[in-house]
Amino acid sequence: MADQNVVLSAKDMEVWYGAFRAIKDVNLQIKPNQITALIGPSGSGKSTLLRSFNRMNDLIPGARVTGELLFHGQDLYQSAMDPTEIRSRIGMVFQKPNPFPKSIFDNVAFGLRVNGYKGDMNEAVEQSLRQAALWDEVKDRLNKSGLALSGGQQQRLCIARALAVEPEVILMDEPASALDPIATLAIEELMRDLSTRYTIVVVTHNMQQAARVSDETVFLTMDDDRAGHVVEVGATHDIFTNPKNERTEAYITGRFG
Amino acid sequence: MKMKATTRASFDRHLQDLQDDLLVLAKLVETAISRSLQALKDRDLEASSQVVKDDDVIDKMRFELEDRCIELIATQQPLAGDLRIVITVLHIAVELERIGDYAEGIGKISLMMGDQPPLKPLIDIPRMADKATVMLSDSLDALVKRDSDMALRVIGADDEVDALYDQVYRELLLMMIQDPKAIERATYLLWTAHDIERMADRATNIAERVIYLVTGKMAEYKSSNY
Repeated sequence: MADQNVVLSAKDMEVWYGAFRAIKDVNLQIKPNQITALIGPSGSGKSTLLRSFNRMNDLIPGARVTGELLFHGQDLYQSAMDPTEIRSRIGMVFQKPNPFPKSIFDNVAFGLRVNGYKGDMNEAVEQSLRQAALWDEVKDRLNKSGLALSGGQQQRLCIARALAVEPEVILMDEPASALDPIATLAIEELMRDLSTRYTIVVVTHNMQQAARVSDETVFLTMDDDRAGHVVEVGATHDIFTNPKNERTEAYITGRFG
Repeated sequence: MKMKATTRASFDRHLQDLQDDLLVLAKLVETAISRSLQALKDRDLEASSQVVKDDDVIDKMRFELEDRCIELIATQQPLAGDLRIVITVLHIAVELERIGDYAEGIGKISLMMGDQPPLKPLIDIPRMADKATVMLSDSLDALVKRDSDMALRVIGADDEVDALYDQVYRELLLMMIQDPKAIERATYLLWTAHDIERMADRATNIAERVIYLVTGKMAEYKSSNY
């Protein structure tokens, strides 16, 4: 029986790129309907870990995963699992907004069409855009190119596109690092809204962002073997006011990393 | 992985200066306590009015420390241990300033007494003041040494000040019952004792902040009886 309070669970997980072990000894549980932030210095394996959650690393030649990664108790890396199906249940938003060179409408409808969606497409697109807090800004120009939007709007369009296929988990890799402070706040507020319905895992270099937006924080770092690993997991409040591990303290106070 | 030696150097210096200057403020407050008591004992009205005047310096320094804490929060966004240092300094500066106000209060009581002698020889009140002063300096020692056990002992010492206060209170009450004409002068001494009792409570608050700084835990270890 899978634990209802755990969406994703890594057990002794490692990710290798050829002969290089990018992350090691990961034992981690991601809880539902909350935001988990992955923080740590460059090279600590945050993005690698995030990408392994929906098998995005499969696209990198030579990448392999050992140990276990369970999604509601099911091993994501079993050969019978279909990566496309996994990615529709565990969506992803990237650092740089990457809308397709298509209309706003078609960007959102894209995943639904690929999946052969039979329902009312107009309604589904509107609903996703509303959830992404973009509807009011684009409702009169749905046929305009997604590339004509501002950076912040493009990122929310990408979030709408991810939401359209009704995923359960949304992975975000530095979703606001290419945006200005106002657009960043809009994304952070959107993340808080979405966390009531979705499970969100976010990688961020911005310590204040992790402190503002997440419920739980995971700190990763790497040793001399350059393999990233988890040092401390805790409630965000505890990590940012009273971390237990000295390396966490040193990192978040800006004294290493 | 190497620790960064330089990037946070100026921030570290600011944090250290903040703590050093907090100790300077504490010194001013300790001086105000002893001077206010000495002036009361000696019936030296000039010295009492100087204590009242000098409180402006304490007030000013408290606001200045607060300002610097706020600036560090705004510009450095301190986290974890750094955050706890800034919050602790902010809180202790306020406590110290309040203790300074009690010393100022004793100065004002002395001025109100004018040329009247104290109702009775000052014995227990200076003893209370000595204990409160030791509590204050121990709480700051605990801060410097990051010693939460020492802070806990400061909190324990508050009972002794409370016991002395009870004794002074009963004694003065009895004098007031026996001789209603003594009420005014008894009240002056009661106010003085109460000011000192509050000083000890504030020293307890400082000790609680030291425990927070060291352990991250916020708790009231002893609530005042008054």
